[in-house]
Amino acid sequence: MTPLVECRRVAFAYPVPSAGAAAFTLRDLSLQVQPGEIFGVIGPNGSGKTTLVRLLSRVLMPSGGQILIDGADTAQLSRAEVARQVAVVPQDVPRAFPHTVEELVLMGRFPRAPGRFFETRDDRAAAERAMESVGVLALRGAQLDRLSGGERQRVMLARALAQEPRLLLLDEPTAFLDLRYQAECAGLLRRLGREAGLTIVLVSHDLGFAAELSDRLLLLAGGAAMRVGPPEMVIDEAVLEAAYGCRVLVDKHPISRRPTVHLIYPQG
Amino acid sequence: MSTDGPVSAGRLAVLLAGLGLMVALVALGALFLGSARVPPRDVLAVLTGHVKGVDQVVVLSLRLPRILAALLAGGALAVAGAGFQALTRNPLAEPSVLGVSSGAAFGVIVAQVFGLGSGLVDAVGLAACAFAGALVAGAGVYLIASRAGGMPVHTLLLAGVIVGIFFSSAITVLISVVDFDRLGGVVHWLLGNLGPIAPSGLAVFAVLAALGCWLVIGQARSLNLLALGEESAEQLGVDAEALKRRIFAGAALLTAAVVAFVGPIGFVGLIVPQALRMMLGADNRVVIPTALLGGGAFLLLADTLARNLIAPAELSVGVITAFCGAPFFIYLLRSRAPDVAP
Repeated sequence: MTPLVECRRVAFAYPVPSAGAAAFTLRDLSLQVQPGEIFGVIGPNGSGKTTLVRLLSRVLMPSGGQILIDGADTAQLSRAEVARQVAVVPQDVPRAFPHTVEELVLMGRFPRAPGRFFETRDDRAAAERAMESVGVLALRGAQLDRLSGGERQRVMLARALAQEPRLLLLDEPTAFLDLRYQAECAGLLRRLGREAGLTIVLVSHDLGFAAELSDRLLLLAGGAAMRVGPPEMVIDEAVLEAAYGCRVLVDKHPISRRPTVHLIYPQG
Repeated sequence: MSTDGPVSAGRLAVLLAGLGLMVALVALGALFLGSARVPPRDVLAVLTGHVKGVDQVVVLSLRLPRILAALLAGGALAVAGAGFQALTRNPLAEPSVLGVSSGAAFGVIVAQVFGLGSGLVDAVGLAACAFAGALVAGAGVYLIASRAGGMPVHTLLLAGVIVGIFFSSAITVLISVVDFDRLGGVVHWLLGNLGPIAPSGLAVFAVLAALGCWLVIGQARSLNLLALGEESAEQLGVDAEALKRRIFAGAALLTAAVVAFVGPIGFVGLIVPQALRMMLGADNRVVIPTALLGGGAFLLLADTLARNLIAPAELSVGVITAFCGAPFFIYLLRSRAPDVAP
């Protein structure tokens, strides 16, 4: 089976902003994500997680190596072609203008026909299905800045679904969500993976959330893959302590039996 | 009306037809009003070609070109304002607030110092100098205001004010140094004067305004995506850098054309798109085309007031737009700014 995402020895360096400042580099990263898989990416700040999201969504081009989406090198694809395969759910969006939920979700149809000025009936139907599937159809006429953080995230998820992508790329989905919305988000992602057959790459600071949802995890540290594998293999005390530089205790979730991480707080 | 659902070609056509009718009515009204008393019956006679003489000169050579200039300038300023707002993701951005108008005005004064007048070639030269000034001012504001990760709302406004003050001072220096007669009417022009536009100037103005509008309106759908941030827009397939260059060029060209032919009139680009957004929603495919017509109608109304309020004397149209715009700006700053992402 062709992997949906394949990174072959991918490297990336940001241009050095000033002499002496260490520009972050992603080094020699190889990985494969299979169709239908939920793939979690974890790692400390500055380990390259956000860079990986930008590379996979072709906002950045790798300075070395190749990224293939369904066997096609993204360097050979246009932005719109990538956007028909890969949809990104950002942490949040700026709200300078009073766009409605439906307008925002319809923006997800842009890559289908970037030259078109108006959306078609099909576009509107796709947007409606997307809003329906994440439960925001009733909010379609509401302005974004009137919504809660959890509602806004579901709207952004609907926009991504309206792209009808094969890969859903989530950047810190739980960053601004309280517990209830985190639970909702987890349920929604599981359902999308199972029912819609979507492949999901999930970048998260939240180790418990990532371990709970992911089939496999990638632990990034210092711009390189430290370990890839099933959660039980990656969420390991020695491995995490080496990556994060602090002491942790790994336990099992009493219900799901997935690994959970407790931080061992240093004593004053 | 934003609850009417997403924009479609049909809905936009209805809106534009309605606004077009409004523009036609305002224009017709303006044709009948003025300090020279021409009875309505005589205006009609002139329009149907039955009357020659003074009345014909007043209606066809004074009022009509002025009405056309007002429609063009108002439309161009409103589209430029909407363009700058989408570009900077700042609903308060506008040619005069951003200092771009002052840069263009400086370009025009420099051209006049070098002796450009009002012929066809001169008109193109004036517009070119205004465009150069607008680009320099816009680039200056961008360099001052941009930070890694965006352009904070208030920093952008301050940068615009600073650049505007700089070019206004430079204009004052030029006016003081150069023989005043060579810059005849410059003070009136600096406040906006739709009066003395030559037919050749009007033609050049119309061509440049059309070009600028095409650059901005054609990208209205991509501009909606830009509202979500450059990275989000790119993830949806927009070439953000090319889009920004195109919109900057278009909005600067529109500003330059207005400044070159009728002067740096302020606040039209702020009032009109904002009012339309409040009534019709944020979709640029609605806001920008309707701003073209709405801006024309607004400036024509303002100019008709300016011509008639203290007749036979005349106010500068910029005075009227500033008296409307300043309170509106304050209202927006107080009510909308907290919602704006940094």
